[in-house]
Amino acid sequence: MIGNWIDVGAITEIPMRGARTIKTGSGEEIAIFRTNGEKVYALVNRCPHKHGPLSQGIVHGDAVACPLHNWRISLATGEALGEDVGCVPTIPVRVDAGRILISRMAMLATAAAA
Amino acid sequence: MDFQRTGIDPGDDGEGSANGLPRLVVIGNGMAGCRAVEEILARDPGRFRITIFGAEPHVNYNRIMLSPVLAGEKSFDEIVINDAAWYDDNGIELVTADPVVAIDRQARTVLSRTGRTVSYDCLLIATGSDPFIIPVPGKDLPGVISFRDMKDVDAMLAAADAGGDAVVIGGGLLGLEAAHGLTLRGMKVTVIHLMSTLMERQLDEAAGWLLKTELERRGQTILTGADTAEIVGDGKVEGVTLKDGRTIPASLVVMAVGIRPATALAREAGIAVGRGIQVDDHMVTSDPAILAVGECVEHDGQVYGLVAPLWDMCRALADGLVAQPSGYRGSVTSTKLKVSGIDVFSAGDFAGGDGAEDIVLRDASRGVYKRVVLREDRVVGAVLYGDTADGGWYFDLLKKSEDVSSIRDVLIFGQAFASGGGQADPKAAVAALSDNAEICGCNGVSKGKVVASIQAGACSLDAVRATCKASASCGSCTGLVETLLALTLGDEVEAGPKTICKCSTFTHDDVRREIVAQDLRTIPEVMQQLHWSTPDGCSSCRPALNYYLLCARPGDYVDDQQSRFVNERLHANIQKDGTYSVVPRMWGGLTNPCELRAIADVVEKYDAPMVKVTGGQRLDIFGIKKEDLPAVWADLNAAGMVSGHAYGKALRTVKTCVGSEWCRFGTQDSTGLGVKVEQMSWGSWMPHKFKIAVSGCPRNCAEATIKDFGIVCVDSGYELHVGGNGGIKVRATDLLCKVATEQQAMDYCAAFIQLYREEAWYLERTAPWIERVGVDYIRSRIAEDEIGREMLTSRFLFSQSFSQDDPWAARAAGAEREHHAHLGEFRPLILQAAE
Repeated sequence: MIGNWIDVGAITEIPMRGARTIKTGSGEEIAIFRTNGEKVYALVNRCPHKHGPLSQGIVHGDAVACPLHNWRISLATGEALGEDVGCVPTIPVRVDAGRILISRMAMLATAAAA
Repeated sequence: MDFQRTGIDPGDDGEGSANGLPRLVVIGNGMAGCRAVEEILARDPGRFRITIFGAEPHVNYNRIMLSPVLAGEKSFDEIVINDAAWYDDNGIELVTADPVVAIDRQARTVLSRTGRTVSYDCLLIATGSDPFIIPVPGKDLPGVISFRDMKDVDAMLAAADAGGDAVVIGGGLLGLEAAHGLTLRGMKVTVIHLMSTLMERQLDEAAGWLLKTELERRGQTILTGADTAEIVGDGKVEGVTLKDGRTIPASLVVMAVGIRPATALAREAGIAVGRGIQVDDHMVTSDPAILAVGECVEHDGQVYGLVAPLWDMCRALADGLVAQPSGYRGSVTSTKLKVSGIDVFSAGDFAGGDGAEDIVLRDASRGVYKRVVLREDRVVGAVLYGDTADGGWYFDLLKKSEDVSSIRDVLIFGQAFASGGGQADPKAAVAALSDNAEICGCNGVSKGKVVASIQAGACSLDAVRATCKASASCGSCTGLVETLLALTLGDEVEAGPKTICKCSTFTHDDVRREIVAQDLRTIPEVMQQLHWSTPDGCSSCRPALNYYLLCARPGDYVDDQQSRFVNERLHANIQKDGTYSVVPRMWGGLTNPCELRAIADVVEKYDAPMVKVTGGQRLDIFGIKKEDLPAVWADLNAAGMVSGHAYGKALRTVKTCVGSEWCRFGTQDSTGLGVKVEQMSWGSWMPHKFKIAVSGCPRNCAEATIKDFGIVCVDSGYELHVGGNGGIKVRATDLLCKVATEQQAMDYCAAFIQLYREEAWYLERTAPWIERVGVDYIRSRIAEDEIGREMLTSRFLFSQSFSQDDPWAARAAGAEREHHAHLGEFRPLILQAAE
């Protein structure tokens, strides 16, 4: 563990253009995305529309299409793209030496949210 | 007739003009009242301060759509025309559940039931009509209702919940729609009709008989020539006694014998009333400050009980009130029955008589009856049963009073035929309609209005619905609106054909062709060679490209899981709560104790909250978490079951009936054939889902004629049907051909599937595909080209040699664990302690 960042695994454990999830104590999940351009993003795994699991969506560019109703969500901002309006919380994340590090504060906040 | 024009002076400083605007009070929040307000607002939104009184506790809804609400095809919310926001946005004060009970013409005020007094500068009466209640003993018993508003529908639904018998008195439009809805809601319905022909005001005897036969086939009892003597019951309705002495039991009696203009209010106020409130061409009553519109009025001696005249009246009213007076000239009306699956159209005069000529077409096997009545080479009436596609055209000819002598010989075959041979472009038919031809009967929208909306920027069906409301209610005119979109935007459509998605300028056909021609092998290679404008595509093109490559390169292409929709990636169906449902394959709908035990065990072991029998003759286990899917599949595999692909753009089920093995009518072993077909075709990926059925005789219990591929067994062999669909838009199959042996049936099936796999667009079901390419093309490739068919069959079987691995088995054995397992788990206390 590195200070305020929590190591959640290796970047290679996430399929490119895919996502994996972290389960938290509250039942809320965090989705960690790996894009084609090798960027890593983390969002609360809950579409602002009808709470679809974003981690199961198709990742394209820096966006994900929700598997339930195909809302497109920006991975960088959590904002719905196009005509739709809504936002899902983003979680600070970085990659260091191939390891994915997530902000402890944001993780605690998500784990506390019910 | 022309009373004085209304004397409304915008500068009038009366009591009702507090903010400088004259006050318009509308009595009636129904279709006529609100439409009139809409028309006024469209011409001049700032002319009046508007108050609307409604007797019902609702916003403005589409009364003619009550039948679909009763039938369970629509909800109340879906038939609302103007929601509360519309009233707010337009500054309209809406008073609901408080009808006006008196008009004081001297003081220019109205009084409501709760005692509210509101003054007016201009008053609009739109009270509509009241149901006519036949004066028989027992008419006031609880359980006797009319069919006029939402309250009546609620009463019928409540009665239907309790079940039992219902009697509908009146076999007209409204009565039959009520009977239909109550039948669908599970009641045993008897229709009592005084005349010998149902809907005798709209239908002739032949069409009435066809209608009666069809309704009886659906389980209703139809008594024509039946006169009600008395409604009997002790404290509540128990039955209806006819004049011939018969008594029909009933816990609900719906009185639908007709309507009368609601004129009491006007009459008591001393306004001129005949059969309805008398109005001039500008909808002004005998009091120049009072207008009236809709079913409550009498214009030129006519009263109307249908919706179409109302639109014309409201236009004339608004023109007269705030714009250039145009004047209402009466309406010719047409009728459509809103009973799903029964197409009836009638317009004009079909009584025959002097100088009238009939042209009749009957097609007994299709249940079609068409009759067009001519007088002096002009269409004066039309009755259509079973095929009403040309109703709008005949109605248009009738209204235009056009000389049809040049097309008289082919008139009855419909517009497509009459305007240029059997293969005529259906678009030409729509193009030929005049601008004031009605497109949307529910909302009274003419072709000219739809075209104007499209030209003003409404470039999609949804946009047209949102702007001019055409196709926004019952949806039966959707095809017409789509054709108008294509016609109006034609040049653009041709200049820029529909591309696969926004990432590319290529069409689906281009992409498929180039993949083969350039021997493209991966998604990135396709994107590179075809100049994709995005780095890695989008959620529309990626699954399409993945499928096209898979189809073009069987056994060679490596499926890209990240280009699969979640269901195909997880081999289960995602549900709204993020859990999955699991459907194991049951070959031909057959199962056995071992499979059922394994399913029962899975349900208990994983605490699945629901198990459901699907429409495809299998069992669906709901509420499984993605982490548990591999273990569930392991248990099902252990009992010999494999993935049912209920989640895939793939072969779903082969539905069967029991066939000659058990059924006394069965002509062939439909169950056995279904199992063989499913074993041949399972596991194949397709442009969209694909359903097959095999029926053992023409009774067609497996519903093969609404499947993508349907086999109907007959004594002499197998009828092969293609392109059916039971979804949003029901389409019956086209007959492909008939074959003699089981092996042929299977070979043709394989060839058809392969043709579909190779040529349809991704996410295009067989029904729209066949509509697009034509069934003749399919026949030419499958039925008429023996060598081509055999090549298609062998390509399918080759492809199948790579695709019949159960995807569940691999996952159950631990493959692609990353799709199911969490990357990690975060429990703050434990993690902090571990540091």
